[in-house]
Amino acid sequence: MIGILRAGLLTTVQDLGRPGMQQHGIATGGAMDRSAHRIANLLVGNHESAATLECTMLGPELEFVEPAILAIGGGDLGAMLDGEPAPLWCPFAVQRGSVITFMRPRSGCRAYIAIAGGIEVPVVLGSRSTDLIAQMGGVEGRALRTGDELTSGPLSAMAARVRDTIQAEPRRARSAGRSLLPRHAPEPVVRVIRGPEHDRFSAASRELLAADSFVVTPQSNRMGIRLTGPALCLAGLYDLSSSPVAAGTIQVPPSGDPIVLMADHQTIGGYPRMASVISLDLRVLAQAPPGLRIRFREIGIGEAQSLYLEHEHDLRMFSEAIRVHYSS
Amino acid sequence: MRILPLGDAGLLIELGHSIDPATHARVRSAFEALAGAEITGVLDIVPAYTGLALHYDPQAFGGRSSVDTASPYDQLRRAVVDILDGADVRTQDVAQTTVEIPVHYGGEYGPDLEHVARQAGMPAAEVASLHASAEYTVYMIGFTPGFPYLGGLPASLTTPRRASPRQVVPAGSVGIAGSQTGIYPLSTPGGWQIIGRTHERLFRPEMNPPTLLHIGDRVRFVDVSDA
Repeated sequence: MIGILRAGLLTTVQDLGRPGMQQHGIATGGAMDRSAHRIANLLVGNHESAATLECTMLGPELEFVEPAILAIGGGDLGAMLDGEPAPLWCPFAVQRGSVITFMRPRSGCRAYIAIAGGIEVPVVLGSRSTDLIAQMGGVEGRALRTGDELTSGPLSAMAARVRDTIQAEPRRARSAGRSLLPRHAPEPVVRVIRGPEHDRFSAASRELLAADSFVVTPQSNRMGIRLTGPALCLAGLYDLSSSPVAAGTIQVPPSGDPIVLMADHQTIGGYPRMASVISLDLRVLAQAPPGLRIRFREIGIGEAQSLYLEHEHDLRMFSEAIRVHYSS
Repeated sequence: MRILPLGDAGLLIELGHSIDPATHARVRSAFEALAGAEITGVLDIVPAYTGLALHYDPQAFGGRSSVDTASPYDQLRRAVVDILDGADVRTQDVAQTTVEIPVHYGGEYGPDLEHVARQAGMPAAEVASLHASAEYTVYMIGFTPGFPYLGGLPASLTTPRRASPRQVVPAGSVGIAGSQTGIYPLSTPGGWQIIGRTHERLFRPEMNPPTLLHIGDRVRFVDVSDA
């Protein structure tokens, strides 16, 4: 059992969401930084879809009533294990009575705590993810609160091998290869492809999207990353009836400030869709703290999908490398 | 028909430009054809007013990063064109189910009923009886879980959205926005003119499918203000 001594700013149970529900108006949801969530799970021997804790900016304080194997991935929020810095992107053992705390964010803004066996909460409509809008999934459909208690599920054979290895020989813990992880840049470039209404925007605005930079605002949340920068505007009047949107869709309301839709986005939107952030680069935005300046670079759908498939291939290779590592 | 990418894991099919019964019929028959085809790798099919989106896993199409093969998008696009070419595309909608929704109009349940009545130039009671006399069609579900966008509002009841949205619109609120009417399944912020409230639960996460209403359903409001 895991006791929540302090909940942190916004700590929720997340997995890979509930695909198939958008026709009912229900967001797919799930981890904002899916890549970090998946890698953290693989590190402890879980299936990549096991539920983790998504911690936002100010992490929680957790007490472990039983020994466990953890891995923390995503942003570096200053995780500490019993007062000593805890490893990032590498599994480690916690003892009975161990406490995980977080100092302050150093880079990124969302950390994922994976526990061998996964966080055990009821499955609602196919997922354990917390949907704060529909108030379902996770712990009673809400963010964690001080005093909550969580349990982990049964260990898979793989997770048991990871545990046995790390308990016997902590130095044999296998960390994530650097090539899998995003590089933190002071002014990251986010790749986009054109959106359905791209050609409705003025030539000057299309130029600005490609050439200028945009700043992440504090109004950003799990529904969308709200940016500010040069105002983007349509070339003329255009009346768009509410239409489907996707994670990554860059919609531009009349204010001219673009919004990049994220995990908990509405299924249907009424604003023109200027571009879409490629799936792989959504993790850059998931980790973008308010004030970060970003740039967009346009690529074609073919290149975007090649990058998508490459990352999936890398994750499969990593999963296989872990299996081999712990079976010897 | 226009097909284009909606990001690198989505495909958009546009079937018209205006919100009307014929476009809705095309959307609904395309939705049924695509859902019936059970395309491997398609995760979501989302119908909207004038088209629909497919959300998919690019890995299911080719699964290689080689650039000289057709991209997953191109492969799915071809499959979609084949399915829709072979489908029986209706221009008239076929009704499935009629759902009756009991509504308390006005008072604390419908704080904007008087405003709608002034706009329409008729007594509030007439707004309620007119709203409850029409038959509506669920054009799409979206915005929040189970929120139905209904077509078929009598033209005289057309009212623009509120100038400033409310922070909280209670669950069950029945509202008007332009020529649409709809029902808020959850307490959320919202800018629709609220004319009444129902006790029916539109979002039912314990069930699958988890909503009371579905695309294509006919809806009738039953005035229970005096009950």
